[in-house]
Amino acid sequence: MSENAVETYVRPEFENKDLGKALDVDVERPLSVFERIANINAVRKFSILLGLLFAWEAYTRLSGVEPLLFPSFSTSAEALWETILTGEMPAKIWVTVKILLVGYAAGLGCAAVLLIWAVLTRVGSDVLATLTSMFQPLPAISLLPLAMLWFGLGASSLVFVTIHSVLWAVALSTHVGFMGVSETLRMVGRNYGLRGIPYIFKILVPAGFASILIGLKVGWAFAWRTLIGAELVFGALSGSGGLGWMVYEKGENLETTYVFAALFMVIVIGLLVENVIFRNVELRTISKWGMQR
Amino acid sequence: MADQSVTSSGIYVRSEFVNEIGVAGTGEVERRLSVFERITNIDPLRKFTILIIMVVVWELYARIGNINELMFPTFSATGAALVDALVNASLLVNVWNSLKLLLSGYAIGISIAAVLVILAVGSRIGSDLLTTLTAMLNPLPAIALLPMAMLWFGLGPGAIIFTLLHSIIWPVALNTHSGFQSVSETLRMVGGNYGLRGLKYIFKILVPAAFPAILTGLRIGWAYAWRTLIAAELVFGGQVVDTSGQLGAEGSTSGGLGWIIFENQMENQTPYVFAGLFMVILVGITIENGFFRNIEERTVRKWGMQKS
Amino acid sequence: MNDTATGTAGQSPAVPTVEPILDVSGVTLQYKTKEHLITATYRVDFQVFQSDRFVLLGPSGCGKSTLLKGVAGYMRPVEGTMKLKGRVITEPGPDRVMVFQEFDQLLPWKTVKQNITFALMNGGKCSSKQEANDVAMEYISKVKLERFEDTYPHMLSGGMKQRVAIARGMAMEPDILLMDEPFAALDALTRRQMQEELLQLWDDTKFTVLFVTHSIEEAVIIGSRILILSPHPGQVKAELNAHQMGHGDVGDKDFAQLQEKIHAMIFADRVLEDETLPNG
Repeated sequence: MSENAVETYVRPEFENKDLGKALDVDVERPLSVFERIANINAVRKFSILLGLLFAWEAYTRLSGVEPLLFPSFSTSAEALWETILTGEMPAKIWVTVKILLVGYAAGLGCAAVLLIWAVLTRVGSDVLATLTSMFQPLPAISLLPLAMLWFGLGASSLVFVTIHSVLWAVALSTHVGFMGVSETLRMVGRNYGLRGIPYIFKILVPAGFASILIGLKVGWAFAWRTLIGAELVFGALSGSGGLGWMVYEKGENLETTYVFAALFMVIVIGLLVENVIFRNVELRTISKWGMQR
Repeated sequence: MADQSVTSSGIYVRSEFVNEIGVAGTGEVERRLSVFERITNIDPLRKFTILIIMVVVWELYARIGNINELMFPTFSATGAALVDALVNASLLVNVWNSLKLLLSGYAIGISIAAVLVILAVGSRIGSDLLTTLTAMLNPLPAIALLPMAMLWFGLGPGAIIFTLLHSIIWPVALNTHSGFQSVSETLRMVGGNYGLRGLKYIFKILVPAAFPAILTGLRIGWAYAWRTLIAAELVFGGQVVDTSGQLGAEGSTSGGLGWIIFENQMENQTPYVFAGLFMVILVGITIENGFFRNIEERTVRKWGMQKS
Repeated sequence: MNDTATGTAGQSPAVPTVEPILDVSGVTLQYKTKEHLITATYRVDFQVFQSDRFVLLGPSGCGKSTLLKGVAGYMRPVEGTMKLKGRVITEPGPDRVMVFQEFDQLLPWKTVKQNITFALMNGGKCSSKQEANDVAMEYISKVKLERFEDTYPHMLSGGMKQRVAIARGMAMEPDILLMDEPFAALDALTRRQMQEELLQLWDDTKFTVLFVTHSIEEAVIIGSRILILSPHPGQVKAELNAHQMGHGDVGDKDFAQLQEKIHAMIFADRVLEDETLPNG
């Protein structure tokens, strides 16, 4: 490579002997207090929330919009507080949450039975795949008219549609998760003598947990939407029920502050489930195990 | 020490050997499976068989079990009702009514989500605003807004589209935004390196790089919207009964699929309810497997970007 | 330059007419983490001339990658200036194309050829698709990937991906090619092969390259001139010539001596915290 010398511009070498003495700058300096506070996500988001609420209040007060159409934040908050104190709100919440829990649990149970069958036999696996591909695209709420025919106007109809909304989402996602478990892990499981149900619960379930958790979340989201929707439809027909019915009833009676109060609660419950329950499960499992994508 | 003996360290030393391979016959190296085995290995075939078995079981159960047709019609009655509804009762018009609402809601919703996300890319406050809004509003089932929407926009497509928008915007915006945020620093720098700025940067780098997440958002948005639409049409059905109202009066061609299901159930036409449900499943499968699966094949799968 | 120097930096009285392509003078770079403001480099000076294979060498934490990002225009210096052909660098641009260490620098939604034409069209190098195609094919054949022009990146091996990235960078015919440890994620055999190929490409077109590495051996093989940086913050420790060394010289006495010398300089006044230099 001697011809390189012709092409490159050769300069003399040099070396700096005493570095570090002329340094007049911090190598590492903490950021200012303001910068560090502004870097806290929660602080920024909370201020934005406050800003939004303030804008809402200011808009309803200043624009003179009809309160029946769009109540201010403060009157809505008052209505919320009042319904909580009178016990109306807790009662409605309990009605809804009870159905949700029963439906969710029953849905998981059905999904588990189908899945175990699917893991153990090929017929089961085919049946599950066929059923999910048919019923997953079917909105559970559209079964409500049939459910009312079969089970009458009562909680069992609501439980039925809730089960339907949970079952297929969970089954599909879990099945996909199971199939994605690596051959190595399967062989490890068999190596230690795990067969049948213990094999499913000790190897497949934890190994496919990332996918299962997605299924649980999607199932919850569908169930929550379906239940609120079903209570609305129900409200239109019968006239008793939980939060969804409250939204409907207060809307019919033009008590919009109470509609907003009920919507608040729907949001709060949604946030609780997603950010407290599921976040915690996630932190204790797949995050801890380093299994997130 | 001799060849075959135990060494002082306790190792049993054996003589070496080399085999001549490929001279002697080695038996069957590869054999086709039997015809039966190969047929049962065809996935669609097995699933189709299962489908047929389920239909037969349904028919037998409904016939032999002497179930009241009002409660649980036979498969054949359902099929006949479906054909009848398609030919005589303009079921396709109802499907189209639903799809029309859904598509316009979907298009508007995606546009609004796109604007929100583009604003969020530009600044930290925009990004914070979007994440706060989505965190608040995504857990709120869109259908719960229907009563307010009916108050604001009256009984009609306006109220339904408003609820549809709400069901689409948040999941799409949420997934797109988080997809953008997880685009690798390297790809971002590559984009900047070739002089891409602003919208060009978003559409030529961020959108394709975050496409798996965007597609997930679009799918969730569609799923929520489809469910919300059916529910909204059911509620409208309830409204009609309550207030002898406005939708039903125009006849059954003006409503959507949800409305048809509701109406037939009210009139105890259970086979027609089943026929309506058939159509709902059919539309769902078409969009899921026909549309989204296709997009997935042509994009994230081809690019090797799909997860799991 | 107020430090003690064994030679006069930069300007050589022998060839006074040569203008540097890249002129970095007194550059201090800082970046923010969630909690801290870090000074990555402190008053760094160096000049890169036409057809230099200029290597920035130093242990982790010496700010060599940050310096490269500064030259690429992703960061602004808090003091000092960086000039490319006399123009101050303010933002990223296609006149300084960067080749990264990470394999995901290729756009996964474009084929090998499309990755290069994408750069050519968006970087303003080519205006017609046909022209971009021709240029792309020329550079694809330079890196010997003709059979893979229509392959998507996820089908390629790590070494092939880096070759595409290098072809993409060279196709732009930038004033200076910036390479940020492009071979660090490759296995030893592939790395060696890629180093050879890079030198062959250089023999071909004599492009100017600014190359970052933490391997002394790689610096000596690749570089015609080596800038050694000290860590925390990065400061210029020395600039050495290595234009006479290549792959053929690995194991030679001169080669070993130069390696020894660099090694001694890097370990001279500071204890390396977390990472030892390979081949050191």
